[in-house]
Amino acid sequence: MKTRISIPATAKKGDILNIKTLASHPMHSGFRRDAIGALVPRDIINRFRCEYQGQLVFEAKFGPGTAANPFLSFHLRADERGNVVFIWIDQQGERTEELRFLDIVDDEY
Amino acid sequence: MKRRTLLLGAATGLALQLAPHVYAKRLKATMALFYGEETITVGRVHLKTPPLAENGNSVSLVVDVESPMTENDYVREIRIFADNNPVPMLASYQFSPAAGKAGVATRIRLSNSQTITAVARLNDGTLWSGSSETIVTLAACVDPLL
Repeated sequence: MKTRISIPATAKKGDILNIKTLASHPMHSGFRRDAIGALVPRDIINRFRCEYQGQLVFEAKFGPGTAANPFLSFHLRADERGNVVFIWIDQQGERTEELRFLDIVDDEY
Repeated sequence: MKRRTLLLGAATGLALQLAPHVYAKRLKATMALFYGEETITVGRVHLKTPPLAENGNSVSLVVDVESPMTENDYVREIRIFADNNPVPMLASYQFSPAAGKAGVATRIRLSNSQTITAVARLNDGTLWSGSSETIVTLAACVDPLL
């Protein structure tokens, strides 16, 4: 699964960051038919998680009502420097994990 | 295309649009299914969807909940409902105070024109809701009887 993540590389402590993620996935709802009339089986990403400092920040649980290539925009409050973990889990249980390092800078200079 | 076929198509389309009171009943039933006898207060939840969507396969949705997002007062969960969809609960989002802000933007599928409702549960257990209406010109599921 191809994924794209947009997150600032640096932030000040206490800043509320906007994070955007996109996963390339058809998200077949299981309600549509193909050109010859056969039902296209359901194939969706069930869950997305974002973890920071070993803590769950945001979690999304999708049904077939989420559009193809699921896009999400959510927030995170910057605290300590460290990795932000992004995890997508599809209905077969396959995990796609991504890391982004978030650096905390002082606003002194 | 024959005129008869056209007329038949138009009639089917009309029949699929639910009358408002029928819709309200369905929404109530769905809410009862997920939240039982709990009270849901309208307010604090701001849901935005486009008034007119040309393609039901991808409709942008933005939801924000008024909350300080502190350890003592935060939004635990937001659920999105679209009653005319074959699966009425589109998604659920869990938050922790570390998010700083209880809001999410995504893209959803709509099977036809309808009211979309977002219900937020705060850490104190109270439920809040907000809704938005979208008219869909091309449905996400071509066969709506499924």
